[in-house]
Amino acid sequence: MSTMTSTLSRRRGGIAVQIALAALVTVYLWLFLQAQSQIEVGVLLVVGAAAVVLAGRLGLNRRIETAARTSPRAGTWCALVGALALIVAFYDVHYVLLMICTVLLFATACLGLTVQFGYVGVANFAGAAFFGIGSYTIAVLSTHTGIPHLLLIVVSGLVSAAIGSILILPVLRTRGHYAALVTIAFGILFRTFVEVNPVLGGPQGLRLPGISMFGYAFSDGLELFDQDVSFYVPYALLSLAIFGAAFAVIKSLERSWIGLSMDVVRTDETAAATFGIHIARWKVVAFMLGNFLAGVAGSVYGMMTGFVSPDNFTFSDSLLLVSIAVLGGLGNPLGLVPAAFIVLVLPQKLQFIQEYRFLFYAVVVIAILLFRPDGLLPRKTRLFFGKEVSR
Amino acid sequence: MDALGQYIINGLMLGMIYAMVAVGFTLFFGVLDVIQFSHGDVLMVGAFAGLAASLGVAALGITSPWLQLVAVVVCAVVVTGLLGAAVAHFLILPLHRAPPLNTLLATLMLGSVLRECVRLFYPDGANPKPFPVLLPTSFIRIDGFELRVDNLILLLAGLAAIVALHLLITRTRLGLAIRAVAQDGETARLMGINFGAVVLLTFALGSGMAALAGVMNGLYYNEINFNVGLLLGVIGFSAAILGGLGNVYGAILGGFLFAGLQVLGSAALPALVPDIPSAYKDVFAFAVVIILMAWKPTGLIAERASERV
Repeated sequence: MSTMTSTLSRRRGGIAVQIALAALVTVYLWLFLQAQSQIEVGVLLVVGAAAVVLAGRLGLNRRIETAARTSPRAGTWCALVGALALIVAFYDVHYVLLMICTVLLFATACLGLTVQFGYVGVANFAGAAFFGIGSYTIAVLSTHTGIPHLLLIVVSGLVSAAIGSILILPVLRTRGHYAALVTIAFGILFRTFVEVNPVLGGPQGLRLPGISMFGYAFSDGLELFDQDVSFYVPYALLSLAIFGAAFAVIKSLERSWIGLSMDVVRTDETAAATFGIHIARWKVVAFMLGNFLAGVAGSVYGMMTGFVSPDNFTFSDSLLLVSIAVLGGLGNPLGLVPAAFIVLVLPQKLQFIQEYRFLFYAVVVIAILLFRPDGLLPRKTRLFFGKEVSR
Repeated sequence: MDALGQYIINGLMLGMIYAMVAVGFTLFFGVLDVIQFSHGDVLMVGAFAGLAASLGVAALGITSPWLQLVAVVVCAVVVTGLLGAAVAHFLILPLHRAPPLNTLLATLMLGSVLRECVRLFYPDGANPKPFPVLLPTSFIRIDGFELRVDNLILLLAGLAAIVALHLLITRTRLGLAIRAVAQDGETARLMGINFGAVVLLTFALGSGMAALAGVMNGLYYNEINFNVGLLLGVIGFSAAILGGLGNVYGAILGGFLFAGLQVLGSAALPALVPDIPSAYKDVFAFAVVIILMAWKPTGLIAERASERV
């Protein structure tokens, strides 16, 4: 009886810690996103870095981890509420909402890469190409057919996965460096193809109409409570929904026997085969699922920006996606959001590194690989049973 | 006849450049089992170093094109040799025990760093730069076909470089050490071979070859830009893999094969499909690479010690 009450009170404490953390992070992000001057941004960055270091020193990190373990659901809801609060807070600032959408959509695409690189260990250096296939698919289909856009988003993901399935045979038969080459070659092939293809707009690219759903066009903008609401708000909500759904799927996939099989395939194929795990099947599933997510993210991104062109899907952009996945901690979906935030928003905020941003990412990733190979938030070994149960 | 000759010269030229890049990939893979993905960008840095040298020499008032050429080649090779050794020392050796993916990523990112550095910090580096014309531009007439002397010199120089590399690897003590390290690093160390020094020298050697390829590329097209390394690196890597990593002759074969595919693509595609843009030649070449990889996953001449179980 007494153990039950103590578990309950610990869980309550855990929830309180997570709510406090989510509130703190939300306020910090709010301050950061609305910061205008370079000095403000700099001060906030220093404060943030100091807070992270201090939390590590004071052992707060461990408390947060225990809290997250005792009540795993609460954190997700807190993050969702925090994200909604940010969207509401910036309801009329186009630019900030665009950044939020970009972070969410790129994080969605990187969830796909996480499954490929982090779980099964299939290298995919054509992330931007699959992202681009999603954009181009929805661009073509939304201008030439009357299929509802919600359906088209799914179709774009499916097309992306289907085109990716061309690569299944070479990817399955090759390994390591060789597999990397296959995807790199595909990425360059895709980019060259759309650039020289007159049907797909060539180097100029294509225009997209913007999403309309249930008879309501997102680009119209809307008025709520006598306030003009930015037309990016529906996109932000849609992106949040897509990212949330993808995150939930990937997270439960990781906890299930599927995730376990995938991890075995990555760490030791021979052992996996000995235990009767179908290596090819899981590689195919992971590759298709990853490309599907990239395609979905790409389609919404394309509709949001209203424009696709080959220059958005270069090899550097594929590398950018991979850097987000590695920076966040390969295989840890949770790390993707801060990583995407650092990679995408920081250069926008610090204007003096805007010009140098590719250099900046590259140096950061090299430093991470040399000094902290597990990324910012390293992936944890999964615990199927809490400590209380196993005791 | 004229068109055919032009296609052949073009194919040989490209093949020579690709082979010289691919040889570097295969040497690095031989000694350390790593892919140095910034190789193409090291090449680009070499070409820019050569360009800077030619401008510097011209500023000194030396107008003889041959002296300029020597300065260009020496500067390019020395700079990339040092750069290659530095990459090995500071990036690849520290990551030697890490998973292969990490090395791959780190070198890809280093490629970005080099590319961006040239784009941002070389004066007006974002735009294509004219490469000086240093070779004679006269023609030799054979049966009505005009063979350009500079192309001939470049082809012979490339051939000489590849033969020299072959002799270095098969006939010298350094070559013996490289082959020993490639075969088994641990045993080579036990036999008293300085592992670190051999690795650094191999990287310097491979990068120097890339620099030559970069200068050849610049002289052939009379233009370089900061992006040239990315495509040349990927093509060189494809060529090395087509031939089978770790095999120098495979890399040379792969280089010429890839060039053949490209030329075939640019020559045959318009004949088969009218008014198709010539830019499809890269699409065609890469598609063939992907198909070849699916057919022969470890290259045409397979690795000796396959990592398959």
